[in-house]
Amino acid sequence: MPPDGYRLLGRRLFEMTEQLYYEDVTTGSEIAPLVKQPTTRQLVMWAGAVGDYLPIHYDKDFAQSRGLPGVIVHGQLIGAFLGQLMTDWIGELGSLRKLSCSYKGMNYPGEALTCKGKVTKKYVENERHYVECSLWAENSKGEKTASGMAIVILPSRS
Amino acid sequence: MEWEPRAYQIEREMIRRFARAIGDPNPLWQDEEYAGASHCGGIIAPPTFILAIGFEQFVEEVLALASFGTVLMGGTELECYQHIRLGDLITVIFKISNLRQRQGKMGKMAFMTFDSSYKNQRQELVAKCRQMVIGY
Repeated sequence: MPPDGYRLLGRRLFEMTEQLYYEDVTTGSEIAPLVKQPTTRQLVMWAGAVGDYLPIHYDKDFAQSRGLPGVIVHGQLIGAFLGQLMTDWIGELGSLRKLSCSYKGMNYPGEALTCKGKVTKKYVENERHYVECSLWAENSKGEKTASGMAIVILPSRS
Repeated sequence: MEWEPRAYQIEREMIRRFARAIGDPNPLWQDEEYAGASHCGGIIAPPTFILAIGFEQFVEEVLALASFGTVLMGGTELECYQHIRLGDLITVIFKISNLRQRQGKMGKMAFMTFDSSYKNQRQELVAKCRQMVIGY
């Protein structure tokens, strides 16, 4: 997509999103899932963006020599997808305080990945409104290949 | 063991490339006009952009620790205290805080934990990160 189209799409998407407030959140509620389908091209883009040139992410023969079935998706890219899941959800008045993620299984390019989350706890501390969530990424077989948690601070209507 | 601190100037293109690599269209990361009029008051980096700062040098140094064929990331824990803004000068310090070794099916495997801290040009702590890395 050309840069301008990309920018306009982003703006249009975000103007439609309403700001989330602490009062809107209930324990146990689910976060709107984010679906990603990382391609080998996206792995190359990620490699360049973060400077991760490990050949297990672009060289199939090398990946197989390290006991992997083929090229694998960078674990941290999955972590960044989970980060996007949260920043999309909390809006510009929210802030992501903590994000942790463990990479339990391999993800392969071409496979769809769905990033999901659920609210586990909400509390007020030092006048800040915190929400804790459990997060995970599922492949098309429904296997959780990454899981973690996040703590965010949301604005309050009160 | 702690490595020498390294400083990185955060440029627009670094943030843009990072956001595009994730496929994250949030205009706060790229659109000056939108971000300027927002609560953020200007372009900021996505919180996970921390993962990109100094990562290339980090991977090279980890590979040099032992003759690993490759490394795999086992997990990441990120704590963010403030936004990273365009033009910030971020100083990162990596240290290795834990190391275990055992024999695996591919030979010797090392399970390493690294802790890193990120300060801006005002010496304010911006973020901390812990990475679990498997070398083999």
